[in-house]
Amino acid sequence: MITAVELGLIYAIMALGVYLTFRILDFPDLTVDGSFTTGAAVAAVSIVNGMNPWLATVLAFLAGMVAGAITGLLHTKGKIDGLLAGILTMIALYSINLRIMGKANTPLLGEDTLISPMRAAGILGTWQSIAIFFLVSLILVGATVWFLHTEMGMAMRATGDNEEMIRSFGVSTDNQKILGLALSNGLVAMSGAVVAQYQGFADVGMGIGVILIGLASVIVGQAIFTQRYIWLAALAVVIGAVIYRLVIQFALGAGLEVNDMKLISAVLVVVALLLPKWKGFQKIVKSIKGKPQPVAETKEEVRSNA
Amino acid sequence: MLEIKNLSRTFFPGTVNERKALRNINLTLSDGEFVTVIGSNGAGKSTVLNMVAGKLQPDVGSVSIAGKNVTKMADYSRAKYIGRVFQDPMAGTAPTMSIEENMALAYSRGKFRGLGLGVSPKRRELFVEELKSLELGLEKRLKTKVGLLSGGQRQALSLLMATFSEPKILLLDEHTAALDPQRAALVSRLTNQIVERHKLTTLMVTHNMEQALQLGTRLIMMHDGEIILDLDSAQKSQMTVKDLLGEFEKIKGAQLDDRTMLQ
Repeated sequence: MITAVELGLIYAIMALGVYLTFRILDFPDLTVDGSFTTGAAVAAVSIVNGMNPWLATVLAFLAGMVAGAITGLLHTKGKIDGLLAGILTMIALYSINLRIMGKANTPLLGEDTLISPMRAAGILGTWQSIAIFFLVSLILVGATVWFLHTEMGMAMRATGDNEEMIRSFGVSTDNQKILGLALSNGLVAMSGAVVAQYQGFADVGMGIGVILIGLASVIVGQAIFTQRYIWLAALAVVIGAVIYRLVIQFALGAGLEVNDMKLISAVLVVVALLLPKWKGFQKIVKSIKGKPQPVAETKEEVRSNA
Repeated sequence: MLEIKNLSRTFFPGTVNERKALRNINLTLSDGEFVTVIGSNGAGKSTVLNMVAGKLQPDVGSVSIAGKNVTKMADYSRAKYIGRVFQDPMAGTAPTMSIEENMALAYSRGKFRGLGLGVSPKRRELFVEELKSLELGLEKRLKTKVGLLSGGQRQALSLLMATFSEPKILLLDEHTAALDPQRAALVSRLTNQIVERHKLTTLMVTHNMEQALQLGTRLIMMHDGEIILDLDSAQKSQMTVKDLLGEFEKIKGAQLDDRTMLQ
């Protein structure tokens, strides 16, 4: 249970990245499956070669940014469809990740990592480690929310919201998309780097299906919380990532195997997407909250005024 | 302020659908001039507007703003000189962002957008002052998402956003056409107020002849990719909708005769 929460909080960093592209830029970015492993590979190889683990994690972030920027360039300058651009980068990264590591798996046993001091102090798997991981994800949520309220971040939100409009106010939407994809994949790669340090190895296959985990976290989180405020939406992503891990844990406990995990992820995303559309679910939500949602109310009011 | 020279554009050249959208258009707007453009569908009104905005490229000809040739400039780069209001009330604002955030997006037109706060307390004061001028009470709803506003409110906000940073050129593309008569009248009135207040050089396309006569200091009629009538302020004030229609029939009829004779 505690391990699941820990992992959820580490994967939450990746989910924040997916939130940036999927929700803010309205761009379904599949680069994630590749850049997650890139982050893990860069960090693992750097650490094995004696680099400071903090520096190695920052390096992973930068490597992820490059990967995201490539997808962005393919999409904006190359006019390749967003989904395809992401797939192209993701597939290419598979080979690049093997090149970085030189083999399919890089163990980190006995190395100094971000996690090893926590393990040495015996706080891993306790509430203390959860507090630390939660604090880290809160800091990243804070940074993301702050960024989205800066002039640059607002231009990015407008790019995902109404491209034509923000262009008419002098913003290059191409640059915003490239920047957004770079930041997003930076976060994803950083998450991969921490996961590698947490589990003690980087593996070339560890990124497969990560996009689904990210989407599940974003969608599950936002099915529970409203999207009225950016900070709440970003926090919901973190909580969604933890809930996802707990569901997986529960499914494993109920007799499913590790090999079934991708199927569980896919089913979870489908359920999270379909459930809010089901009328019975809406009734249940209403009966819990006791009254119709205020957002819908104002909307009706404005319409009847018009 | 705005100089359009020899602007021509043919759509689908060399095919059966070939259509000359603009034929050698020349138009100069002096500082503070407010020109209304009328004409039937396919006359080339919107094409001219889109070329000034940089959404369409001419085959030949040039567009200059304040003496600077912008013909090859991307739409978002020349946006620092140009304010635009679109026909669709949904098009000029970001629906999931709040009123004050939309104002902040507009405030930084053409400026570098860095890591400073988009809506600072000082800016918020400015936005409140500007919103008050609309007299729609929007200044009390700064945190409301723009998607929750009515079409008329959104279009009024779009107009304010396009103008309060004082662009060199204001482009209005049938910006009241999608509104009910009451809201259209409101947005028309606001347009007049705002253009006068900021002394904006304005190019307004409209389908509504009444509106074209009411607003502006000069009127242009287009037909089949050409400017067929150009009235200055004095001539315009003498005109009625009926006169305009008469002029249109006269010129159009004469043109048709010319062409038939040439064939």
